[in-house]
Amino acid sequence: MLGGVLNGLTTAAKGLALTIKHFFASNKQRVVESVKSDNYFEQQNGHGTNTIQYPSQQLPVPEVGRYQLDVEIDDCIVCDLCAKICPVDCITIDSIKATELIGLTSDGSPKRIHAATFDIDMAKCMYCGLCTIVCPTECIVMTNEYDVSVPSIDLLNYQFSDMSAEFAEEKRKALAAQQAEKEAAKLAAMKKKEEGE
Amino acid sequence: MQPKGKLQLSFIITYIIIALVLFAFAGAFTLFGVYAERKVSAFMQDRLGPTEVGKFGSLQTLADMLKLIQKEFITPAAADKVLFIMAPCIIFVAVYLGFAAMPWGPGLVPVSLNIGLFYVFAIISIETLGILMAGWGSNNKYSLLGAMRSVSQIISYEIPAGFAIIAVVMITQTLDLQQIAAQQGILSTVTTKFLGYWDVSHIGGILSWNIFRAPHLIIAFVIYFIASLAEANRAPFDIPEAESELVAGFHTEYTGMGFAFVFLAEYAMMFLVSMVAVMLFLGAWNTPFPNFGSFALANYTTGLAWGIVWVTSKTLLLVFAQMWIRWTLPRFRIDQLMNLCWKVLTPLAFACMLISGVWRLLLM
Repeated sequence: MLGGVLNGLTTAAKGLALTIKHFFASNKQRVVESVKSDNYFEQQNGHGTNTIQYPSQQLPVPEVGRYQLDVEIDDCIVCDLCAKICPVDCITIDSIKATELIGLTSDGSPKRIHAATFDIDMAKCMYCGLCTIVCPTECIVMTNEYDVSVPSIDLLNYQFSDMSAEFAEEKRKALAAQQAEKEAAKLAAMKKKEEGE
Repeated sequence: MQPKGKLQLSFIITYIIIALVLFAFAGAFTLFGVYAERKVSAFMQDRLGPTEVGKFGSLQTLADMLKLIQKEFITPAAADKVLFIMAPCIIFVAVYLGFAAMPWGPGLVPVSLNIGLFYVFAIISIETLGILMAGWGSNNKYSLLGAMRSVSQIISYEIPAGFAIIAVVMITQTLDLQQIAAQQGILSTVTTKFLGYWDVSHIGGILSWNIFRAPHLIIAFVIYFIASLAEANRAPFDIPEAESELVAGFHTEYTGMGFAFVFLAEYAMMFLVSMVAVMLFLGAWNTPFPNFGSFALANYTTGLAWGIVWVTSKTLLLVFAQMWIRWTLPRFRIDQLMNLCWKVLTPLAFACMLISGVWRLLLM
């Protein structure tokens, strides 16, 4: 009985001593250091507050962070591999075959398809990074940008295509004309062949 | 009775002003108390607490209050309307009326009652009624459970608290809080002895406080302090609110101003029970500094303004202790709570009362 009371008092005193120690521990702002720093885990051991005051203090993240997707559209050959591999179908690509070689990407791959639409819905993205692996020209990459608070969910649908609607329409017409021409030439060639027989 | 006419009017006006001042004090203390609680808990847990509203988040509680005032007061369809609406008022008024008899300095007391201590102790008990009304009126199982727990807890803990108080009263021989206060310093009209032997009536300071008047009064103080935590529904005795099991206990269904009043009462209660402890054990409005021969510290630091300073600072220190305990000790289970009360505190309080009687007869 008395032992129980004494035990209660001593354990309560221990707890109270611990909390008062933390109460008087330094409350100065946390030094924001990268996780790579040797001091990173050390500074969590009772050196005052551990709080990162987020918008004003930001923990440095690696430059090669795996957060938001970014597309360098000039390097894209519109092969559609990223859209096909995506497990959550967050990439939407609308492609138009070009009538001639458009140009070369920075690694020398020939570009033969226009991307009328290249949308990535970051609200759907699960950050698996598969698209960046399959990309033959490494034009789709993950960046170190992670703060994506937006007032409306539509704003999370990133549009990377730089083609205007008119330009896309023009290219579609050109493609249709070229295809019609080819079809006509094919027909003519077949006719000729039949006639020749 | 006051004479009729002009004097009576000024008498009424004075009392209304005093009542308003006390109300304003309760409100201001709640604002401060909630902020302090959040900061204390944050620092003890290595967090920062509110930082955004005002300098160091100091306007946070004011903003919260403004938000509460704008909120709708929702009465649940199944609630007992009369009880539900009356309960917060009764809870707050019970605590608020307790302040009426509390002295703030030499000669400064809102109502001078010769049974002041008895009155305070009685009026605090009314809060239980309000809590039960809130729990029953809400017609919600969590509220009712919380209210039942609260009532059983407060009624149980009033016994050790009451006997600890009686132990003091037997030594001081008065229920008038102003006289109890005066006995603990250099303004004493009776001889005050440090631990029953050394006459410290003219030395004053911490030596003449009631906790040092007789050694068992230290134990009585600890008993009263523990019981006062239970009466104010503070952790580790916060089973009536027990967030993790009862949502919010008896005030689960309250919104807007109803909730604000319950909150106001809770923090005012913290201050009131601490203030009673200060009055009875920690020298009330008397200074902690004793006179050292010609170096009369106690004489310098006794007076009306000093009295207010000492009462407030001692009480706030006890309020801090309450917060400190809340953020350290886990909540009691109900059987542990009752065990502590009936098997430990009540016998100890009885023993204190007995020793007080013997002390009075043999040593005073």
